[in-house]
Amino acid sequence: MADQSKFWRTVIYGVLFLVAVYYLLPLYVMLTTSVKSMDEIRAGNLLSLPLDITFAAWSKAWSSACTGVDCGGLAPYFWNSVMMVIPAVAISTVLGAVNGYVLSKWQFRGSEVVFAMILFGVFIPFQVLLLPMAQTLGVFGMASSISGLVFVHVVCGLASTTLFFRNYYVGIPDELIKAARLDGAGFWRIFFRIILPMSTPILTVTVIWQFTQIWNDFLFGVVFSSIESRPITVGLNNLANTSTSVKEYNVDMAAALIAALPTIVVYVLAGKYFVRGLTAGAVKG
Amino acid sequence: MSTTTHSAHYGFAERWLPRLVLAPSFVLSLVFIYGFIAWNGYLSFTASRIMPNYEWVGLDQYRILFENERWWVAVQNLGLFGLLFIAGAMGIGIFLAVLLDQKIRAEGVLRTIYLYPLALSFIVTGTAWKWMLNPGLGLEKLMHDWGFANFTFDWLVNPDYSIYTVVIAAIWQSSGFVMALFLAGLRGIDDSIIKAAQIDGASLPRIYWRIVLPALRPVFFSTLMILSHIAIKSFDLVMALTGGGPGFSSDVPATFMYQMAFTRGQMGLGAASSMMMLATVAALVVPYLYSELRSKRRG
Repeated sequence: MADQSKFWRTVIYGVLFLVAVYYLLPLYVMLTTSVKSMDEIRAGNLLSLPLDITFAAWSKAWSSACTGVDCGGLAPYFWNSVMMVIPAVAISTVLGAVNGYVLSKWQFRGSEVVFAMILFGVFIPFQVLLLPMAQTLGVFGMASSISGLVFVHVVCGLASTTLFFRNYYVGIPDELIKAARLDGAGFWRIFFRIILPMSTPILTVTVIWQFTQIWNDFLFGVVFSSIESRPITVGLNNLANTSTSVKEYNVDMAAALIAALPTIVVYVLAGKYFVRGLTAGAVKG
Repeated sequence: MSTTTHSAHYGFAERWLPRLVLAPSFVLSLVFIYGFIAWNGYLSFTASRIMPNYEWVGLDQYRILFENERWWVAVQNLGLFGLLFIAGAMGIGIFLAVLLDQKIRAEGVLRTIYLYPLALSFIVTGTAWKWMLNPGLGLEKLMHDWGFANFTFDWLVNPDYSIYTVVIAAIWQSSGFVMALFLAGLRGIDDSIIKAAQIDGASLPRIYWRIVLPALRPVFFSTLMILSHIAIKSFDLVMALTGGGPGFSSDVPATFMYQMAFTRGQMGLGAASSMMMLATVAALVVPYLYSELRSKRRG
């Protein structure tokens, strides 16, 4: 009996380990490919270790690789993404927090309808918004600009951020709010003095969630941007799909890693909160 | 804020402030989500091509859509992709969750490894798999080096198989997510039920199959919803991995919509195809939300 269970435990550990290798392989391949020269890539194979480590592909991907017609590397797109993601995350998080506060602690007649309306927004395939949004951004002079992208991300991110905060604040006892009101505290005072100091976990979850979503977005980026405002995902896609005479896989992989770096860093530093966001977003409502 | 306010004013502020605070988001979603859906719906009944043209043509665009071979390829691909992707991610995810639930020592590390692909953009995933699966220097070369001289793998450039490469990459990216959801579900199950079954002499696989997994029905359904939702919306991965090609062999509705609306100047057709996507999502989500809300009210 004991031997048998020991045997099965070994099998379980073996399987889990093999699966872990499978998940890590693409990362390994990306990393090793990005520090090889093209000659070495042709001579070796996917799994062979780099013999002569060079960062030439990284520097090319960053500053001189061609993405379509222009050859300035990914650097400008990277900064576009930074300029887009910071305001978009900040605005959608702040709005989500106050919305969640109202929808959980200051309900009024009709607030449940508003909540249902916002909730359904989580599920909408954004393709139905693209054409009218493109027209509207054009009318307001925000077509192909970073501010236009920020606006789109705020509108489409509201559903998730509101949901996150509302579900979190529902768990804060109403007695706390009642007691504060008896003491004469008003709407904003309660929010800033009582609710906000308790919000660190959900703020972290929301900021990480929004950051990952917006940084990784491709659909809005490709539809609503021009050369000057392109986010990194679009830059990467153009770089990897630009047909040059020689396909430089090492540059492609370095570029992919550059695009992935910010979200990977966030994941490594705050994976716990990332996972919590995923499961919170999953158990919607 | 102002502590000098009299209680009468106070009541007024308290009555209207919440509405005022919620108003911007209400207006944003009313106009830019629901208003736009209506606008998009209207466009799908017009003859719009490169520019919007509000000449009403009734269901013409839908008729053209349903006679379009490329659209049916996209729909078929979505069906195939959706089925394989959901089954694959679900199978692997549940399997991993059950294994990780066996009091594994390095659980934290393993969980981190299984989940990291989810932090990546689909464009990154697509670029990476495109390199690994490419017929020249990728997997094929590796297998040749390992001595399988006749091994060929050309799915990426083979119209009959290109959609399967999307399945492979999508499962790699999302199965960890399923694992996380089910693991959370497993942790929520009362240990005493399992202990009781063990005392009755039930084997571990039997306990899972007959008792534990059936108890995870709600998790199963919400995961199913999320995965089908991901499948219907999938756009980035296809664009990065195959670009819908070769030809349009790996098109899905989302890439079809993009092509028609933004590169081929068929705005009306694009609008019609996006309405079909919305209808599909609504057909899945509305019954689900309805049953969720009903069960919540009952329980």
